[in-house]
Amino acid sequence: MNLDLDQHRQLEALYTEYAQLLDDGPLTQWPELFTEKSLYLVIPRDNYDKGLPLAIMRCESRGMLEDRIRAVQETIMHEPRYLRHQITNISGHLGDTGLISAVANYSVFEVVEGELPKILSVGRYIDLVDPHVDGSPRFVEKRVVYDSVLVPNTIVYPL
Amino acid sequence: MATQDSFERLTWPDGGITEIPYQIYTDPKIFDREMSRIFCADGWSYVGLEVEIPDPGDYIVTRIGNRSVIITRDEQGNIRGFANRCAHRGVKLCRQRTGNNRFFVCPYHQWSYDARGQLRGVPFINGVQKLGGMPEDFNRQDHNLPPLAISTRGGVIFASFEENPERFADYLGETNLNYFDRVFDGRELSLLGYSRQLIPGNWKLMFENIKDPYHASLLHVFLVTFGLFRADQKSQVRMDETGRHGLLISRKGEQKATESTRDISNLREDFALNDPRLLDPVKEFADDATVVMQTIWPNLIIQQQSNTLALRQIQPRHPGAFELHWTFFGYANDGEEMTLRRLRQANLMSSAGLVSADDSEVIKLAQDGIDAYRDDKGVILMGGRGVEDEEHMVTEVAIRAFYSHYRRIMEL
Ligand SMILES: [Fe+2]
Repeated sequence: MNLDLDQHRQLEALYTEYAQLLDDGPLTQWPELFTEKSLYLVIPRDNYDKGLPLAIMRCESRGMLEDRIRAVQETIMHEPRYLRHQITNISGHLGDTGLISAVANYSVFEVVEGELPKILSVGRYIDLVDPHVDGSPRFVEKRVVYDSVLVPNTIVYPL
Repeated sequence: MATQDSFERLTWPDGGITEIPYQIYTDPKIFDREMSRIFCADGWSYVGLEVEIPDPGDYIVTRIGNRSVIITRDEQGNIRGFANRCAHRGVKLCRQRTGNNRFFVCPYHQWSYDARGQLRGVPFINGVQKLGGMPEDFNRQDHNLPPLAISTRGGVIFASFEENPERFADYLGETNLNYFDRVFDGRELSLLGYSRQLIPGNWKLMFENIKDPYHASLLHVFLVTFGLFRADQKSQVRMDETGRHGLLISRKGEQKATESTRDISNLREDFALNDPRLLDPVKEFADDATVVMQTIWPNLIIQQQSNTLALRQIQPRHPGAFELHWTFFGYANDGEEMTLRRLRQANLMSSAGLVSADDSEVIKLAQDGIDAYRDDKGVILMGGRGVEDEEHMVTEVAIRAFYSHYRRIMEL
């Protein structure tokens, strides 16, 4: 079933908040956009197309998302950098289970301090969203499938 | 001409293998010599896994050094390799990374080659309506693609530009062969997937990094925090006779502060995982080593960190950059839990690895530093001046051994 205008607006708001938290923080609140038992995968497109399971980030719960964020902030040695998510072509479809299957295009610009901006990653989100978790939509599953399989150096923050 | 001059001017510093001139990370002429003497030479380069090309006609396109090659399986089931460029005008024959083909057909003039790289078809070879065509003395056999020598062991494929290279087992040497066989023990492999990155640094910095246990217990706060690698664990550094291959072998410790962690400024002793499934290693090899990092000259790193198994292939692009292609695998008889464990632990090691990100970043910083100071030199003195095997991790011996071989091959 197609989403009505209100449902679509709520879905868009979820993506807007998602981008804002990753780009401007606080990063520690980003996992709150996911359900407790959510699945978050960042998968190179060639693996996805061939059905190979390897993801470069694999979080099988909100707890694992929190662990990833803590590592980014406290243990990974990396140059200071800023990300800007552009999320477009959002579309959703309400399934019989009451969950929304959503897809969107994304691109992420990265600015490493003192360097020219670059496109860090280009791809699509293939998501499953629960529209009513304490009144707000939350990600149950999120697959970040990136076309840009040759990663410029390294991905530090979630996409 | 400036680069020609600078190359001819290179004299290795007096410190020998304890001093590395930064010019070898920046000079295009040195890079060219590396491509011809190290990669497109008599060594065995990793090119793929047998499980990637199970059926006749299956192929993968990869690189040895900066040269594109096709690895395929012929109708008899034999693995073949040859240059990925048409004998006619040099056009890249195959642009896909993988696929299945009976013939490789050049898009430009449709010259076609079989699975052995032999030229089988040349359109208009006899002309059209008696006009044109190849000269009388044109022989298809003179235009086959240069074949690669192929050697497989335990499901892993190696290739060489040399017609009759040293036997692979001799090439590795006894110790390195034993550790190779420890992972590739004849069990059927299962392919879990790929990860690729373009690292803005010289390719040798990647080998130095994996041959350097000194940094592992200092830079990698995540590893040390969770006791996965620590300077006070029982460990070994092993080389082959030439110094070109290397092994770092270590064991897991506890999550606690000790003398060995005192110098780590940002150890996170209080970092408890919200979801401990991220690090839930189980013993799977007969010995008690939990980390074995093997470097095989000239282009391969074999990684066993707890239960993540991966091959990292180094593809140099130019003096200041290389591609790193990761292939993650397990065994065909892994249960679902084991596969999940490998996939979870892969969070530590990939183009977004909680641990390997440190290395990618530090290699970029190394190249940034070196680029502007190319007449200077680096120092490799930790653990002394020797190139012998060691029983601890506070050493750069494997880097020294690597450069002793490098200097012989490069005549530098
Ligand atoms: Fe490292």
